[in-house]
Amino acid sequence: MKQTLGNTGLVLQEPLLWEKGRKGRSGFSFPKQDVPSIGISPELTGPGPDFPDLSEVDVVRHYTRLSTWNFSVDTGMYPLGSCTMKYNPKINEKEAGLSGFQNAHPLLPDRLNQGALQLIYELERFLTAITGLDAVSVQPTAGAHGELTGMLLLYAYHKSKGSKRTKIIIPDTAHGTNPASAALCEYRPIPVKSNEHGILSVESIAQVMDEETAGIMVTNPNTLGLFEENLTRISEIVHAKGGLVYCDGANMNAIMGIVDIGKIGIDIMHLNLHKTFATPHGGGGPGSGPVCVLKHLEPFLPVPRVVKKEGQYVLSDDFPKSIGKLHAFYGNFGVMIKAYSYIRSMGTEGLKNASQLAVLNANYVKERLKGVFHLPYDRPCMHECVFTDKIQQAKKISALDIAKRLMDYGFHPPTIYFPLVVSGAIMIEPTETECKEDLDSFIEALCAISREAEENPDLLRQAPFSCKVKRLDETSAARHPCLAG
Amino acid sequence: MRYLPHTPEDLESMLKVVAVESLEDLFKLIPRDCLRTDDMDLPAAMSEWELHDFMSGLADKTAAGPAWKLFIGAGSYEHHIPATVAYLSNRSEFVTSYTPYQPEISQGTLQAIYEYQTLVSRLLGMEVSNASMYDGATALAEALLMALRITRKKHLAISSLIHPLYRRVIRTYLEPTGAELIELPRSADGTTDFTLIKEMPELAAVALQSPNFFGCLENLSPAAGLIHKQNGILIACFTEPLAFGLFKNPGSQDADIACGEGQSLGIPRSFGGPGLGMFASSMKYVRSMPGRLVGQTKDKEGKRGFVLTLSTREQHIRREKATSNICTNNSLCALTSAMYMASLGGSGLRDLARLNYDKTQYLQSALKKAGFKIPFTAPTFNEFVVQFPSGFKTVHERLMEKKKIAAGLALEPYYPDLPDHYLLCVTETKAKEDLDALVREVQS
Repeated sequence: MKQTLGNTGLVLQEPLLWEKGRKGRSGFSFPKQDVPSIGISPELTGPGPDFPDLSEVDVVRHYTRLSTWNFSVDTGMYPLGSCTMKYNPKINEKEAGLSGFQNAHPLLPDRLNQGALQLIYELERFLTAITGLDAVSVQPTAGAHGELTGMLLLYAYHKSKGSKRTKIIIPDTAHGTNPASAALCEYRPIPVKSNEHGILSVESIAQVMDEETAGIMVTNPNTLGLFEENLTRISEIVHAKGGLVYCDGANMNAIMGIVDIGKIGIDIMHLNLHKTFATPHGGGGPGSGPVCVLKHLEPFLPVPRVVKKEGQYVLSDDFPKSIGKLHAFYGNFGVMIKAYSYIRSMGTEGLKNASQLAVLNANYVKERLKGVFHLPYDRPCMHECVFTDKIQQAKKISALDIAKRLMDYGFHPPTIYFPLVVSGAIMIEPTETECKEDLDSFIEALCAISREAEENPDLLRQAPFSCKVKRLDETSAARHPCLAG
Repeated sequence: MRYLPHTPEDLESMLKVVAVESLEDLFKLIPRDCLRTDDMDLPAAMSEWELHDFMSGLADKTAAGPAWKLFIGAGSYEHHIPATVAYLSNRSEFVTSYTPYQPEISQGTLQAIYEYQTLVSRLLGMEVSNASMYDGATALAEALLMALRITRKKHLAISSLIHPLYRRVIRTYLEPTGAELIELPRSADGTTDFTLIKEMPELAAVALQSPNFFGCLENLSPAAGLIHKQNGILIACFTEPLAFGLFKNPGSQDADIACGEGQSLGIPRSFGGPGLGMFASSMKYVRSMPGRLVGQTKDKEGKRGFVLTLSTREQHIRREKATSNICTNNSLCALTSAMYMASLGGSGLRDLARLNYDKTQYLQSALKKAGFKIPFTAPTFNEFVVQFPSGFKTVHERLMEKKKIAAGLALEPYYPDLPDHYLLCVTETKAKEDLDALVREVQS
């Protein structure tokens, strides 16, 4: 194959913060001491933290060197399945950095925060337009926070009907956050297996749905990258027994402008602004997990809500059935600005096109790698495709080895060992912002790795070779935790 | 669209590989009745230049310009943020990476978060910190859930001087658990009356905020003594961690869990979010802790490196038995706060805390001298309560409208028994002239 992206360069060592610096240095420009200093009772004071003293240059070099040890979307393709690592537009960062947004205080009177409130109000309306659901709260700050909000809505809904339910149906393909969120509302998860096509069957839900069950948590498209074709009929069964249908919308990137969520029996859905709406993931957040609902659940949404009164945007707590507050203020406003900017840059056509191309890219990768890697569900996929390490297992090569070797070729590995229903899963989500040449390089790299697995499997077991560190000892990290220096 | 790279030729050849005629055909497995029949009703796409004009217009509609003098904190603080912190925390390599699941190519984030955990442990005087939570309120809610898990008891006591909005978040989180929440009243000096703990057996935890919502320092050690006697947990919460540069930290006062909001450590207010949920505890509780943890280890060649660890507590392994459902947290904000703490250093953090204290004391005595009442006598850090004469509301509103001064936050909406009481905040961002001007204006 032609020259690969992966290469080695000068990687500088950098010690831990407290291994550098000298007492008396400072990286901070102090304002004048223009008032007298007053004595304080020594009973109240402490010694102050034991931090290193560093100069401004020390700090800048430290973090710049650290940053070079990271792979990121701006470095290269990041096909981490279920995470939608699409390009994060720079203009959105610039808008979120506007002083009027960055310096807005959350507890000033509404009339002094009209710009911020208008943005929240309009973003919520855009998300109703995109999903087809009726009302939105952008207060939840991450996907799992949105799930918890969804479960609290479900709980409050049943409570308002005077019905105490104890169980919730969760398919085996679900994200781990689903059962964990349900457990916070004291619901016992009832697992359901997907069928031979990788989706839920109507019969399997009919068998377990009863009047003790609060509802079902589905992910659609599911984590195998497949559309839940039976969802409308499944919803009818759940609704007939008084339950609600919750949808994990982490995979909305496949269906913007294509599927009408309001029509397929879903009552509640969360979105991840840090996936579908191009806000950066920041190495683990901050995110934003808006919750969208049908009309009959709107009274339960978190407060305060932004409403419009006589041309003014107002924060209102006047929703007596609300589940309450989930964040000290109104959620991750800084993230909302970026998603808002993205939606206004893309428009109706742009968002629909993004979904179409995300699905095209995933199917293209699937078709080209079919045969090279085992494809457990050989049918048209949505925005991601799931392979396994079955073929390479013949040489005792695992998904982990394949993932590690891919780093040497200059790509971030796909998600591995998830979903759990597939043994040795390799879950690839290219996203729409990858061009054909980069997809081709990625495919060629995986083909080369599969040849290496045949010819020189030990190479894969030792990989990666060109990263800052070799494989790390995770077992001893967990057995003898060293969590602070 | 500039983010979508496919040319017509690319499309043609890719569709051929996939063996479909058109982009629409990619969706033919979706049942017809699930498909949209109309277009999404969104405004027309804007160019980069149109968008920036529009967004600048929106951003201008907030009280955030340099002309504004805001003496409001209450959980969201104005501090100077060094240019280096904003610059470094915006580096693409930090901003556009995912949670560090692949450690070999994520050592930047991993070492930075390990350093964050260390700095936070040292600042709070605790043994172990996690990699961050969403914000101060959700961190406190998770601390209470953790105490219920550890002690297997059902009753919790929280101070009525914990941030009122945090207390509302706690109620939301606890609603389905069936836990009983008791609020501890305040004493005349502006601190919590926790003597009631003695009469409450079977408490899982008591939670106090210090400095509390009135800015007063709580004496945590005696509360720790009382709750430990009943095998309960002391949770020390905070909204202004800069205070620990000067005052005793939660760990030195026997707190078992310390948690709160870290926005004041180099993160812009940004209309209340994203902030930084800080969460630390003693080592014996680490396996009950929510959230991500980074640990030090070695690679195959013995070189130092860092990984996510103790993940058997977490949702992706334990599913419904996990210690929390948290997954994405506020990692970039944690990184930003570490950059800020590193810029200040130990000496700088102490000096800055001292400057905040001095300026606050200056304003407090100037207001006292001008005849205003300071109702609570307990020591404070950079916030305090003033009782203005009745009818001050109109002065407060006039100052906001005409002078761009926010003379504190009215407490009455949160504490109806405290009309005309205002919570004022002073940080290093206010010069002596600003403080003198405020004293003049509230008398006008």
